[in-house]
Formats: sequence, structure tokens, C-alpha cells
Amino acid sequence: MALPLSSFVIGIFFGLGLAVSEMINPARVIGFLDVAGRWDPTLMFVMGGALAITLPGYALILRRRQPLFNGEFFLPTKRDIDRQLILGAALFGIGWGLGGFCPGPALASLASGSPAVFLFVLAMIAGQWLASRYAG
Amino acid sequence: MVEANLLGGLIGGALIGIAASLLLLMNGRIAGISGILGGIFGPIGGADRFWRVAFVVGLICGAAIYSFASGGFKIELQASNLTLIVAGLLVGFGTKLGSGCTSGHGVCGLARRSPRSLAATSTFIAFGVLTVFVARNVF
Repeated sequence: MALPLSSFVIGIFFGLGLAVSEMINPARVIGFLDVAGRWDPTLMFVMGGALAITLPGYALILRRRQPLFNGEFFLPTKRDIDRQLILGAALFGIGWGLGGFCPGPALASLASGSPAVFLFVLAMIAGQWLASRYAG
Repeated sequence: MVEANLLGGLIGGALIGIAASLLLLMNGRIAGISGILGGIFGPIGGADRFWRVAFVVGLICGAAIYSFASGGFKIELQASNLTLIVAGLLVGFGTKLGSGCTSGHGVCGLARRSPRSLAATSTFIAFGVLTVFVARNVF
């Protein structure tokens, strides 16, 4: 039970972070992307605040032979900057700019009960499913 | 238009960083939300699915706790339902194809100094900026 229990508690921290930073509000995200309008730098401070912890944190943690509750670290193995990576990131960026939601904030804002957010999340899951078929 | 919330951004960002670090330390996993979500519907075993569901439920609870404590949700939708469906499809398709989103590439990947994550993060921010520019200034 250690894995699901720790995941649940860590998920709460992550969700708190998204709410405190107001990243669950698409107006904030669009404000950051709107560099030609009234630019809102908040998102940059969110990434900065997160990286200030994860940059040293990851380096320290990855010195360990294994995590606390699991047999091994599950790290990405791909190394190439290939067409799929760039095309995928570009499509994601367009969707992000259209709605102001990326996956974390979209899932977290399900808590609001907003039908529009629910629609977005359903479409997102469908998009992932389509890509898993397309990418084989 | 809302005023910048730099302190809230820093504190919230630090919370996200702490969560991402704890997930790696305890479970050995990268806190990429698109990857965690994709795994729930992927062809994997029950035990692997269970921690992912637990994380997503926690994520929703975390946002709920803060919003109720601070007097309600502040979610100002920026698009119609139809646009949100198109946006959702693109976000889902793109993050699956590109192996990650703002959290996986932007927070965790950059922390691992991954060149792939730097390329992906630059790309999705550039296309996000371009999309908002076109939506606000061309149409």
C-alpha cells in the first residue's frame, strides 16, 4: 500500500501547488503566453520555484541506488530530439494556447465541477488514445 | 486581465517541486501528469494503474482543499466548449506523441538537464505564444 498511499499524498501537494500558483486558472496561463498583450510572468515564477527544488533535489535523489518504496527508478530512456518530440510539443503548445489548460491544471480543476473542464479532460484522454494508435 | 501573482507562483511552484521530488524519492517516478494519466488508460497491470489513479485523485483533492479554504475556485475559462474540445484533443495527442507536458518536460525533464525536455519545453511555449498571438491579434 506504500505506493498508492504516497502517490495520493504527493498528488495532494501537487494539486495544492497548482491551486496556490493559480495555474488552475486558464486566464493566468493565457496571460503568460500573451507576450504581445499584458504579459503575466506568474507561470515563469511557478516553473522557477519548482526547478529551484527539483534541480538540486533530483541530483541528490538520483545518487541513491533505488527509491524508498520501489525496486528501481523509472526514468525516460529516449535520447533523440526527433520529429515526434517536436511535432508532439508543437501540437500540445497549440492546444495549450487555445484553451489555457495543460494536463495537470486540467485534472486538478475537475474539482470545481465545471462541465467545460470535464469536456476538456475527456477530449484530452481521447487525444492520448488517438496518439497511442497513430504512434503505434 | 489579472495582476501578476509572483509570490503565489513561487510558493505554488515550490510545492510542485517538492511533490515532484518526493515522487522520485519514494516511488522512483517522474511527475509528468500527461504520462501518469496516459498510464491509467494504457495496457498495463492493475498495480501500476492503482498508484496513478491515487495520484490523480490526490491532485484533484489538493486543488479542492485550497480552493475551499480560500473561498472558492477561480477558473476563468478562455474559450468556448467547442474550442476546449479541440484544445483537449491537441493537448492529449501532442503530449502523448511528444512524451510529456509542462510538468514532465518543463519541471522534471529540465531538472534532469535533458536536452529532449529543453527542446520540447521551448517548442510548446513557442507554439503556445504563437497560438495566443494569432487568436488575439489576427482573428
